[in-house]
Amino acid sequence: MDGIVSLREAVAELVHDGDSVALEGFTHLIPSAAAHEIVRQELKDLTLIRMTPDLIYDQMIGMGCARGLVFSWGGNPGVGSLHRFRDAVENGWPHPLEIEEHSHAGMANRYVAGASNLPFAVLRGYVGTDLPKVTDTIAPVTCPFTREEFMAVPALHPDVGIIHAQQADRSGNVALWGITGIQKEVVLSARRSIVTVEELVEEFEPRPHQVVLPSVAVGAIAVVPGGAHPSYAHGYYPRDNAFYEAWDPIGRDRDAFRGWMERHVLGTEDFAEYIESLVQEGVGRR
Amino acid sequence: MSSGANRYTTDEMMTVAAARELRDGVLCFVGIGLPSEAANLARATHAPNCNLVYESGTIGAKPEVLPHSIGDGELAEHADSVVPIPEIFSYWLQTGRIDVGFLGAAQIDRFANINTTVIGDYGSPKVRLPGAGGAPEIAASAKEVILMLRHSRRAFVEELAFVTSVGYLDGSDARSKLRYLGAGPTVVITDLGILRPDPQTKELTLTQLHPGATAEEAREATGWELRVADEVGETDPPDEKELHTLRELREKTEAANKETQVLRELHARIGAARKR
Repeated sequence: MDGIVSLREAVAELVHDGDSVALEGFTHLIPSAAAHEIVRQELKDLTLIRMTPDLIYDQMIGMGCARGLVFSWGGNPGVGSLHRFRDAVENGWPHPLEIEEHSHAGMANRYVAGASNLPFAVLRGYVGTDLPKVTDTIAPVTCPFTREEFMAVPALHPDVGIIHAQQADRSGNVALWGITGIQKEVVLSARRSIVTVEELVEEFEPRPHQVVLPSVAVGAIAVVPGGAHPSYAHGYYPRDNAFYEAWDPIGRDRDAFRGWMERHVLGTEDFAEYIESLVQEGVGRR
Repeated sequence: MSSGANRYTTDEMMTVAAARELRDGVLCFVGIGLPSEAANLARATHAPNCNLVYESGTIGAKPEVLPHSIGDGELAEHADSVVPIPEIFSYWLQTGRIDVGFLGAAQIDRFANINTTVIGDYGSPKVRLPGAGGAPEIAASAKEVILMLRHSRRAFVEELAFVTSVGYLDGSDARSKLRYLGAGPTVVITDLGILRPDPQTKELTLTQLHPGATAEEAREATGWELRVADEVGETDPPDEKELHTLRELREKTEAANKETQVLRELHARIGAARKR
């Protein structure tokens, strides 16, 4: 599937039960709309990959979409815990979650190896920590030239890589700027990809630190204004810190969580309706 | 805490003491939360030329308000450069370019090893903490590490359930055998005082107390038998400029947060986009 489609079509076509799925965006450009669409389509047994699970994976885990989680930092930034993630790990609710944890550097290197079609990446790190004891995908490797020992981590090749970006043009090229995180590597390491964008434009303007993903690298594109909320889209809208705070009591309680997701995600058709329902309810207002 | 005109909290004292540890002109890799506040206080007071690096890829970040997350737009807005995540870890941190890593922690032990992963058994934890993030490699490769966390028995523990990031392992020369580029934690700042590793054994030793705090209090708040230096110094209380700058920073941050009504603006934007 190529070109510009609806998010519903893109998810229905490209994401399947049991897939490994990486929705990336490092604080910035988190693909929330795509996560919600996966929840709406009730996909199951996914292995979720993401450096910082954030609210989207808290929601997907709590709604029972995930069988496994590959990650490096699972908190609510600036607020505290991801309670659905904790409930899954600590109590197996709604069902047990297999975790595979790394450091940020380890995850970043795994994506780079994936995008480079190499079996593994090498880094200075992990030695002396307890992470190699609990994570099978960290192992020592000896440099064939100097005989020095390093740590190796295997490449990531998600079945589906999903990101949010600011713009796409009509030829299907994608532009993002600001903090570009690991977006490029996710798309290039994944077997299939979906990109949601704020808007379609005739032509990209030059911007500092801009990354352009050429259309040949990109699978389906869906236009979803606001699709990164409560994360932000540089040049479009700021991070909704109030929403991150409001999420804490919602995520803390199983029933409150379930009810909230039913009202705002399962009970809405798309992300625009979701935003509408949040405004109606006065969510995140200080 | 103290009397007189300059009343301040123990948290303010901790932040000010931590900020003072940051020398002007250093390249500092900043963790979110307490370290970020202290680093930005340093930049606004005695260290205007310290270069703040955040793991989201911002180098030379100059936030006007304190970032809520490690990747706020505020950090990218005025940065000297913004690089992708693989670069910040591989080209900047792993090469040993970073002078100071500035970290918080959930728990530490007497050799400044850090746990941010679990409390209890890894397979069935009592408390699942967020995990490693960027800390293991910051602790490994920054030339030195400044740690800051509140002093309590829950945080200063005899034995860590999990070593997420390495301090001095079991002390003496154990760390040097790992061949990391960085020297490890050189100072731990708490709300009671300052601890530094013993030059030989690397065991954390209380070397300084903040005004009003006692060594007894620090011992009480430490889960192991805390070593106290023969001569314990006293931290200078926050001066007027430090206190004023810190409070102003917090007020500006609070005000900026109140101002934004992101959802309503987004709602209007989506409505407008639909009409087009």
